[in-house]
Parts: sequence; C-alpha cells; structure tokens
Amino acid sequence: MKNKNSRRSFLKNISLATFSALALSGCDMEAFDQFFQQNFKTLSKKEKDRIIKNLEIKYKEKYGKEFHVSDKPPIEGTLFGYALDLSRCIGCRRCVYACVKENNQSREPQIHWIEVLQMEKEKGIDFAHSTAQYNPEKVPEKGHFYLPVQCQQCRNPQCVTVCPVKATWQEPDGIVVVDYNWCIGCRYCMAACPYGARHFNWGEPNVPAEEINTEMHYLGNRPRKKGVVEKCTFCIQRTREGKYPSCVEICPVGARKFGNLLDPDSEIRYILENKRVLVLKQELNFQPKFYYFFGI
Amino acid sequence: MKDNFYENIKMPVILMALYIVLTSGCKNKESGNNEIDKVLNEKEENKKTEIAVEYAVEAPPFSDGTYPCTDCHANFAPNPVRRKLVDWHDDISAIFNHDSENRWCLDCHDLNNRDYLKLASGKLLDFKESYKLCGQCHGEKLRDWKVGVHGKRTGEWNGEKEYLLCVHCHNPHSPKFKELTPEPPPIRQEDIK
Ligand code: SF4
Ligand code: SF4
Repeated sequence: MKNKNSRRSFLKNISLATFSALALSGCDMEAFDQFFQQNFKTLSKKEKDRIIKNLEIKYKEKYGKEFHVSDKPPIEGTLFGYALDLSRCIGCRRCVYACVKENNQSREPQIHWIEVLQMEKEKGIDFAHSTAQYNPEKVPEKGHFYLPVQCQQCRNPQCVTVCPVKATWQEPDGIVVVDYNWCIGCRYCMAACPYGARHFNWGEPNVPAEEINTEMHYLGNRPRKKGVVEKCTFCIQRTREGKYPSCVEICPVGARKFGNLLDPDSEIRYILENKRVLVLKQELNFQPKFYYFFGI
Repeated sequence: MKDNFYENIKMPVILMALYIVLTSGCKNKESGNNEIDKVLNEKEENKKTEIAVEYAVEAPPFSDGTYPCTDCHANFAPNPVRRKLVDWHDDISAIFNHDSENRWCLDCHDLNNRDYLKLASGKLLDFKESYKLCGQCHGEKLRDWKVGVHGKRTGEWNGEKEYLLCVHCHNPHSPKFKELTPEPPPIRQEDIK
C-alpha cells in the first residue's frame, strides 16, 4: 500500500511540471486530474468536495441542468435489507424502468439493474427454465410466477473479494458500491457474482438530458462512463436520505419491502420474523440481504 | 426523522392547550376547570389513536361527484329491501363480485346515513377508515397492512409514511386485482449491436 502511495505521489510530483505545460498547451486538464484521483475511500473531505464540485459543473455543461451530487455517509445503526413478496409480484416490470430512470442507466446500449424472471409454478424456482423475455398482452400469465432479480447486497460479497484494485466494497450500511473512477473494467466481479447483478458499460452510456435524474450520489446514480461496471445500490441517493428505493414506491402491487435490519420495529424485520422467507442460491453462502417471501 | 414527525403532530395540540390555558386564566389542572380538561383530554385521546395507528392515508378514491352520497340520497326514502339496483349504481351491480351471493350494499353502507360505512357492530365509519371494515373479514390482511407488509407504503423507511387504503388498489365491489400490460422485455443479448 505504502509503496503504491509513494509511487503515486512520485508520479504526481514529477508530473507537476508536465501539468503546467499541459495546461498551457490547452490539453484536457480534467482528464489529467481524474487520472491521478485516489480511490474514493481514501479521499479527504476537502478532496471529495472539490471533486464533487467539479462533477456538478461538468454535468451541468453536458446536460444543461443543475445537479446535486451527494457523498452522504451511512446513517449510524443501519443495515439495509430488502424483501420481495413472490406471492404478489405480477411481472409488470414497472420496477425495472423506475430503476432505469432513477439511477440514470444507459438507455442505448440498454442496461437494466433489475431483471424480472418468469417461472412456471409447476417447476418452482428454477433458473434454467426461466425467461426474462416474456411479453404477453397482460400479466400475470396463468401458471406462472415472477421473480425479479437485482443485486442481493450480499453480506459475503465475492464480487468485492475478487476486485484486484478495490474499486468495489461493502459500506457499513450494507450497500455494495462501485467507485466508477477507480474501476478498471476487468469484469472479475461480474464473473464472481452468481446473481448476474453487475452490468458492464460496453459502449458509451447514453441518458437523454430531459430524463436524467439530477439528484445523485457519488457511489450511486451519477453518470458512468464506457468501460466500468455498475449495479443496484438500493438507491443510495434516496435511502441515505431516509426515502424508500424507487422500485419499492413504483410497484403497483406493493410486493417490495425495504428497511433497516437492525431496527426490530421495521417492516423488514417483521417479515423475517413472521413470514416464510428464502434467499436465492443459499448454498453459495453469499448471504444476501435481499429476501424473498410469501405474503399469503 | 421520527422525532420530527411526532413533533409536527404535537405542536398544534400544545399550542392549543397553551392558548386555552392562557385565555381562560387557568393556572393548572387542579383549578377544577373540568370542561377544559375534558376537551384537552379528548384531543389528546384523538391524537393518541391517530399516532398509535399512524395511518396517514391518501383520501378515499371516490368516483367524481359521488360524495357526499346524501346529496342525492337525501331525496329518497331509505329502502332496506335487498334487490338488484337497476336505475342507479347499475355500473356497480354490473361488476359486483365480492361474495355477491351473500352480501349487498347495506352490508357495508349505512341505510340511514349514506355518507358513512357501517361495521357489523352497527358502528358508523368514515370512508377514511374503510380498512377497518375490510378487516372485519380480512383480519390477517389488516394485520399485515398495519405493519406495512401487505400493500404499499411510500415516504420514509425511517420516518413518515403514507399508506394507501385497501380500496386504492382493490375495487371494493370487485376486489380481485386486474391484470396489467407489462413494460417491454429487455433487449436480448444477441440483439445488442
Ligand atoms: S413492479 Fe412489482 S409487480 Fe411489477 S414486476 Fe416489479 S416487483 Fe413485480
Ligand atoms: S449480488 Fe452480486 S454484485 Fe450484489 S453483492 Fe452479491 S455478489 Fe456482489
């Protein structure tokens, strides 16, 4: 670690001269600045503030709107958990698109953090015979049930373990986040995640200016760039402000529940204590904080 | 956030109390001003139930121009005979599918005051509290709804929440959920250019 830091500071120092030269020559100073930006976790408050201010200016230039980028830390004493009622979900995909909108996912090329799988009641939870492509006139379809999958916010996230540069980690409130500036795009995490919850920007992401959500979190829905990985963050920009995630609020059947696992009075704890609950691929021991339950 | 919520609710009560105490020149509870105490207690009681149940619900979803019901019903003599409605509310008759064999309008609506619902006990019920009526049969659902498991809550996971009434999602006259048109499926991997 130390080595790396000194190497970095050495580079920084010898670059000072070049830096001024570059500045004079009108080369992209910001790219230069970004190149030498540290991992978000090691940044000081001052550095964060500066970086965020620059981002807000940059986004304003690009999208012509005022942006607010937050770096709000976790709320003390919270560990977020999620529960989805399999007996309610009708597979309408409202959540998929609410998420796209809230979290500024690329429209083209398309990225969806939530994938709703249709399964046959006869077969039970069976990924091999599931499809995300169902497209009937009306849902739910007879004999089928629906299982939306997104990042399971594992307690034991191997996506984090395998990252060679520590660009992804689990926050104290349980949200697994990505520093898009530090991600090198190796996609090890995607290979490690058994839930298909991570998505790679193969192309330059594209969000229409009139649809972009200007309330952002540095570790959440701020615009990504080509070559980095992204995933569900439990709407970190909302939930750290006390709000429910967008998918919870849009679901027309109220299948989605969210709350603080450490609060014994929360609805999520009620579900864990009173309903039949399961996690996906339990045998892999990733220990999701995303639970599925049967409300009826 | 939670604190704020309670504070917001209590504030008007406290102000009110202060106002009454000041204007009546009353010093303390022992002064024998039972009237005021009673009013205050009642207010507190009301607040308490409100806080205890804490259901900030959206306004009931009346169809346009149907409420207050007495606007029309005041002109008719109440008729308690069970029958199929044909001239008025025939739209409801047409869709009615809620244990229709055994029930009809006046099992839930009050015969004499149409602006209220009626519990099995005969107690009148404001439309804002219709969940209590539903809960007479669907007790388990009511329990889950109260803790936020059945139905949808919006707002803050650690603070103020807004509940929807049962009838916001379930048509009380035909409560089975209607099918929806799904949003488009994701683009297949092989179709990405
Ligand atoms: S919005 Fe709700 S019902 Fe529709 S697919 Fe998502 S979870 Fe299921
Ligand atoms: S679901 Fe996948 S991306 Fe999310 S925390 Fe678990 S391993 Fe990581």
